Amino acid sequence: MKPAPFDYYAPETLPEAIALMARLENEGCDAKILAGGQSLMPMLAMRVARPDALIDLRRLTALNHIAEHDGIIAIGAMATKRAAEESTLIRERQPLFHAATQLVGHRQIRNRGSVGGSFAHADPASEYPAVALVLDMEMQAVGEGGERLIPASEFFVTYMTTALEPGEILTEVRMPMLPAGTGWAIQEISRRNGDLALAGVALTLRFSGGLCADARIAAFGVDATAVRLTAAEDALAGQKPDAATFARVAAIAAASLAEPMSCIHASADYRRHLIGVLVERTLAEAAGRAR
Amino acid sequence: MTTMQKIHVTVNGKSHAREVEARLTLADFLRHELHLGGTHVGCEHGVCGVCTVLINGQSARSCLTLAVQADGANVTTVEGLRNRETGQLHPIQQAFVDAHGLQCGFCTPGFVMTTLELLGENPDPSDDEIKDALGGNLCRCTGYQSILESVRLAASRLQTTQSA
Repeated sequence: MKPAPFDYYAPETLPEAIALMARLENEGCDAKILAGGQSLMPMLAMRVARPDALIDLRRLTALNHIAEHDGIIAIGAMATKRAAEESTLIRERQPLFHAATQLVGHRQIRNRGSVGGSFAHADPASEYPAVALVLDMEMQAVGEGGERLIPASEFFVTYMTTALEPGEILTEVRMPMLPAGTGWAIQEISRRNGDLALAGVALTLRFSGGLCADARIAAFGVDATAVRLTAAEDALAGQKPDAATFARVAAIAAASLAEPMSCIHASADYRRHLIGVLVERTLAEAAGRAR
Repeated sequence: MTTMQKIHVTVNGKSHAREVEARLTLADFLRHELHLGGTHVGCEHGVCGVCTVLINGQSARSCLTLAVQADGANVTTVEGLRNRETGQLHPIQQAFVDAHGLQCGFCTPGFVMTTLELLGENPDPSDDEIKDALGGNLCRCTGYQSILESVRLAASRLQTTQSA
């Protein structure tokens, strides 16, 4: 349970980090970015990952920001989850992201773990990818060719794989502020508090003329990436926000899952069942917040 | 060579300069380089919480932190809690003794360090807040009830001391 040896670099600036990534890539060196290390370190300890080199971004304090600009909240990739949890801006203006952050691991993990790290790691059971789909978040990646913005719908490719190209570094994640009157909820089922979710659901919901409108629902922990539950979203449109509707939509959501993951902790059938339960619960919770 | 790194870490108020392998965890640095065995090592992949220390005042798993990542940081371990002049245990440590918050004691340093952070931020936590804060620390002996009791006792004693 000790990491295998690796070369270690802690660049002082982002351009230096990008140049280093490019050089190592050219040399055929398998280099990994180290942010907070709360997902990477267990993989190194178990030697699931054995990179030739680690590029530690801890000196890039310019990536610690949490700020709002023109209605968009930007979080630097190296901001800790603890910082996101304590941010008044996020708590008040993007409560869904705030609630998701509080579901990540335990306080010791959130104290060290970076926001950007969870996006780049792209664990299918993690909360942020589902929230990113619901909120149409954008990820800023910087490489030798410059910077680009990647929409959440394209960023999460498959199991622990993102659209980040070799040599690119995730520098910032962006999200809109939650519009007034929008209901939101995120819930998950895990075996113990703080464990990775067996299944989870995040959603936002608006009312128009007293009826459901603009629902955005995503599930996590059930497929190779977080998935939008579009059949359930469509079924909700124009319906009365009551228990009967939510139960019917929950059944549609569960049935719409192609082939949920199956493992020793939860079978595919159980995960399908959980998604139904969670969609029903989160719809009721979000409806209580929507106006 | 980039596998060896020079670091400077302050541990319990004392500064240490060392050259370490980049892959060395902070937990192993504390135990094997500084001979501070109070920080225990259990699962070594961030699940059990016995290696919890404070890094710049915030609780962290020292098995999920490389020693090089703590370069320039202030680290507090369980050895740093006892009163240096009187030798008395910290009120949190004494509360764990008095309320039977340990049996074998293996997990105790982690619980004590997590409690130190919790009570520093929230001097009068509810039972739910205590349970949430301690959720990342495992104990296989006590069944947790006496640990909860220890934290409650520590909180009430610390509040009494501070108001006195």
